[in-house]
Amino acid sequence: MTKEATVLFDAPGPRARARHNILTVVAAVVFLAILGALVWRFNEKGQFAGKLWSPFLKWEVWDNLILPGLWNTLKAAALGTVLALLFGVVFGLARLSDHWWVRIPAGIVVEFFRAIPLLILIFLAFFIPNKVSPSVADSAFGTFQRVLVDNFFSIFGVEINAGVITVPAFAAVVFGLIMYNGSVLAEVVRAGVQSIPKGQAEAAYSIGLRKNGVMRLVLLPQAVTVMMPAIVSQIVVLLKDTALGYIIAYPELLNAAFRQVPANYDNNKLQAGIVVAVIYIAINMSVSRFATWLEARSRRSRKTEAKTMGGGVGAPPRLPRGAPPLPRPPRGRVLPVGRLVIGVYLSEVKHPVMAPTDPRMRDDSWYDRSCDPPLRLLALPHLRSRRRPRAAAPQLSHRRRR
Amino acid sequence: MFDFRPFFDNFDQILEGFWATVRLSALAAVLSMIFGTVLVSCRVSPIPVLRAFGTGYVNVLRNTPLTLVLLMCSLGLNDELALKFSGSNSTYYWWAVLGLSGYTAAFVCEALRSGINTVPLGQAEAARSIGLGFTQSLRIVILPQAFRAVIAPLGSVLIAMIKNSTVASAAGYAESASVMKDILDQPSFTSGAIPLFIGIAAGFMILTLPTGFFFGWLHKRMAVVR
Repeated sequence: MTKEATVLFDAPGPRARARHNILTVVAAVVFLAILGALVWRFNEKGQFAGKLWSPFLKWEVWDNLILPGLWNTLKAAALGTVLALLFGVVFGLARLSDHWWVRIPAGIVVEFFRAIPLLILIFLAFFIPNKVSPSVADSAFGTFQRVLVDNFFSIFGVEINAGVITVPAFAAVVFGLIMYNGSVLAEVVRAGVQSIPKGQAEAAYSIGLRKNGVMRLVLLPQAVTVMMPAIVSQIVVLLKDTALGYIIAYPELLNAAFRQVPANYDNNKLQAGIVVAVIYIAINMSVSRFATWLEARSRRSRKTEAKTMGGGVGAPPRLPRGAPPLPRPPRGRVLPVGRLVIGVYLSEVKHPVMAPTDPRMRDDSWYDRSCDPPLRLLALPHLRSRRRPRAAAPQLSHRRRR
Repeated sequence: MFDFRPFFDNFDQILEGFWATVRLSALAAVLSMIFGTVLVSCRVSPIPVLRAFGTGYVNVLRNTPLTLVLLMCSLGLNDELALKFSGSNSTYYWWAVLGLSGYTAAFVCEALRSGINTVPLGQAEAARSIGLGFTQSLRIVILPQAFRAVIAPLGSVLIAMIKNSTVASAAGYAESASVMKDILDQPSFTSGAIPLFIGIAAGFMILTLPTGFFFGWLHKRMAVVR
């Protein structure tokens, strides 16, 4: 079989081929033996009985139990993904902030929720509001709590009754998914933005973008392509983690097919487990496949953009004589060429900003200040002339100035 | 509301839960490392049957929720098929160890495989050219470098494993998460829910944060200079 040489082993010669054949047979025998022992045990315990497997061929089982469970799983996963991505972007960018009073609290939140298990977070949301809310209701914050639950948390199905909060299992699962996976995604976002070469940010600052613009127009779009594989594998993790809802009796796929079905159909736990596993594997593998496809696609498009970059970024495109002029770009605006590359028509900018407007750039050591003053003098003669000092006021006194 | 007395009243029980977590995750860490190394050797081996086994195992275990894996171990294999560990009265513990390490081994295998990808081609070629066979070159040349390249990812796999050990409470093994749930379920436990959460969270941070720092330090120390 393996005639071709890989990095780790040569193309096998006659002795190696014989050895490989023997090992193949041995490995096959071992696996078949394990499988056979399992099958034998299944048979001995009567697990191959038709009545244990047939429920999964009945439409009403799928219609009443498994498909609603699957729907609940996908619902929790979808809401969790969207909000966790939001949480991740907000906290990931907050950790990159220039202000310590934003950066440090965000860091504490992210590290805290990353360090404790998801199940504990789900317990936090599921059990603790119920225990704590009566004492809050008696305190000065009672009205505040009621207003908050009625006006905001009721979106997620949270109820308050005479000062006692009841959190539905769905909200608890989604809370845990958001906090845990959002913190992981925050780290992914931070790493993704930090992986973009510094020159990108420097170039963006030097054409006069503010922090917001640098992040939004230059760094994040490039970071998203870098982060895509990590984000998708985290989505797979999130989808698998919805199965923790089983523990707090959220009626998701595992609960429906592994608890409800065996309870109603002769306790067919093994069979149910196999069916559920197949469903999960199918969903997760298709998500991963989608991610691979997406990654391949984005890589392809990045290549084409790289090609256009050679065509003279920063200079207006050359036109043949007599051709109608290109529509003029808006004055002083940054022109995104393609999706990632920023081109700017310097001749169109009314007041080119050669020194960065952001004080961070001027203070940081990596910004080469030595080129500042000559650049300004050479590049902006019109500014120099405008800023020419006024002629000294005529001297009225004959006395010599000291 | 921030009354820590109920927390310290149940302190023995909580400590016992964390001891159970430590016992479970320590053994699962060792077993998953061993099993993951075996799996990655299978995945890169010249024998197609072993390669197929490795790929199939990793794909199945990586895409199945851990809750299902552990429930299949405890409810399926243990209760239904009556496969018990002989001479042991804590059979759920052993099934939890086996399930958790089997699940984590898939991730260890993936981490190691990416580590093998970082080893330069010349290393493998040099190993072959001095006459080392597949097993020898893997054991002496490739895997040591691969391990050293992926110490940090292995650390995060292990941290995830410590956190995942809470799921074993679903499979009938009493550890810290189930202790938390038991205490919260007591009707007499009316105040001090938040301190209980803080305590449990702090316990997990005591377990996970030093692990993370240790592996970060080890990664810096052991990184292969190229």
